[in-house]
Amino acid sequence: MTTQAATTRDRTAPPRRATDDVAPSSPSRTRRRPRPRMSTAERRRLRTGLLFISPWIVGVLAFVVYPLVYSFVISLTRYSGMQTPSFVGFQNYVAAFTDPLVRTSTGNTLFYAGLAVPLGLVVAVVLALCMNRNVREVAVYRAALYVPSLVPAFALAFIFAVFVNPQFGLVSRLLALTGRQNVDLLQDPTTAKIVIVTMAQLGAGNAALIFLAGLRNIPTTLYEAARVDGAGRWKQFTSITLPLLSPAILFNLITGISGALQVFTEAYVLTNGKGDPDNGTLFYMLYLYKNAFSYASLGYASALAVLLFLAGMILSLVVYVASRRLVHYDVAAG
Amino acid sequence: MTAVLEPRTGTGPATPPSRPSRTRARRTSGRAPDGSTYGGWSAVLVRVVMIALCLLFLLPLYWMVASSLETNEEMATYPPTWWPAVPQLGNYVDAVNTFPFWTMFANSVIITIATVVFSVVSNFLVAYGFACVDWPGRDKLFYVVLGTLFLPFPVTLIPMFDLFANLGWVNTYLPLIVPHLFASAFYTFLLRQFLLQVPKDMLDAARVDGAGEWRIAWRLVFPSALPAITAVAIFSAVAAWNDFLGPLVYLQDTNVQTLSVGLQYFRSTQTEDLQYNQLMAASVLVVVPLVVLFFVFQRYFLRGISLGGFK
Repeated sequence: MTTQAATTRDRTAPPRRATDDVAPSSPSRTRRRPRPRMSTAERRRLRTGLLFISPWIVGVLAFVVYPLVYSFVISLTRYSGMQTPSFVGFQNYVAAFTDPLVRTSTGNTLFYAGLAVPLGLVVAVVLALCMNRNVREVAVYRAALYVPSLVPAFALAFIFAVFVNPQFGLVSRLLALTGRQNVDLLQDPTTAKIVIVTMAQLGAGNAALIFLAGLRNIPTTLYEAARVDGAGRWKQFTSITLPLLSPAILFNLITGISGALQVFTEAYVLTNGKGDPDNGTLFYMLYLYKNAFSYASLGYASALAVLLFLAGMILSLVVYVASRRLVHYDVAAG
Repeated sequence: MTAVLEPRTGTGPATPPSRPSRTRARRTSGRAPDGSTYGGWSAVLVRVVMIALCLLFLLPLYWMVASSLETNEEMATYPPTWWPAVPQLGNYVDAVNTFPFWTMFANSVIITIATVVFSVVSNFLVAYGFACVDWPGRDKLFYVVLGTLFLPFPVTLIPMFDLFANLGWVNTYLPLIVPHLFASAFYTFLLRQFLLQVPKDMLDAARVDGAGEWRIAWRLVFPSALPAITAVAIFSAVAAWNDFLGPLVYLQDTNVQTLSVGLQYFRSTQTEDLQYNQLMAASVLVVVPLVVLFFVFQRYFLRGISLGGFK
């Protein structure tokens, strides 16, 4: 029981100590807490290890720690990128909370995330199930369902601009069949967002690959046992597949939320950077970008970035904590 | 049952390091999740549904190719033209000539290649340090790597822009490629998971033979990690080729601009009379290299994530 569970347990989980060490039995116990002085060999290994990971150390300092601190500092100033920043305290934050466009863009982003994230998970699971079918031509399905994920967001935006073009777009033509002539979906704030949500589903292939890897790690014996017990396909799906996919679902959920909060390119390309119509596709990130690079208010944009960062982190943490009871890392738990 | 109670970071003592995951993956590959096969009508129905789904997913790509070969009149006809009467290859010539396509293409290629090389080297070294060298505090520090995995990118945008602007790097490739010299959480994670499968005995044997770590890393471990390294290479290539925000922020001059923002530029130069067929032709030219890459490295694309023992 233990062995089987161990071989199939989650490998996304951080450091697996036991496999790292030469000692076959639990090294965490052999390493005593009140550590005596490091041996020469240990010190040499430490130096070697740090040398190998030094690019990452530099990277974290330069591209994570420094920007975080700098963002916060700049967010307390008025700064156009040219002159020296002048300190204004929390004024930018106060302004952000009263700015109607912050409210609009936050609303747009939450609308998008609320639709795109759950839909994206469902689509990705469906794609993964298709990619995992036991049929001869499965390689064709895998390719067909994954290739659209390679198409960059800006090119997809152009294709969808053609699809929904009121004069000749395929979608507008279909709408015309229902009696509505020359509908321009991009001229309505809500449908414009729905077009962007739809577009994003074509990129579900990447999340699907993570689900596919998860599906392949589920031992077939479980399904055989379930069939012997008389469980139907749906029962097998909800009682075996979903619980055992839960680590992958959690991963895709968190990356999905993080990606949705940053939605930018599609809206920028579709509306030429304007966020039309009526600020209906002015997503938070687009508004942040405009503040930084069109209006040259880097201080205010930094405040927006810090708020987005905090919101993203809090949301991820909430999801992670809330999911603890639901995520199964072990086969035996299923 | 007992397994439920164990912390998820441990591995049972009876389990040899990670090898089971790979053999398992091979054994069950191509299986339905429930290991069953369908017969009769059920098989037909499943196929019909899957084919419909594939067609739906390929429709945008098909439409892009078809429209790129149509005349403007054909694009506007009703009912819609599914395939042009005479494919207008001239659209491609016109598209390429209306904006500095080849310059931008070269820029995209240079940035992508530099990104791939830098990513592979830096992430491999860091992953080696986290997987193949045993040093105190290693696993604790790896939690920090995982912590940065979910760091939202926007918070770094403005400070990085300010920094690179002060360095005089705006309108050069540097802001887009130099950061890749310093590893990234996701690729490091992916490679580390794979490198953990390298037998410890092999490394120790090489060390006893007097090989230095650098030599072991490049001569011994790198070749055996090629599947995972290929995966990192192609994922970073796609990400670099498709990047939009980076070039938009750092490259204002058309001489250094990439295709991603170049296409947007192409579109904005034609505000009054936008030639959609040419825009589609230019889009096809952007997508084709990716599709070629996919078909050449197909199994790495599809296996890449499971290589790392992702579950």
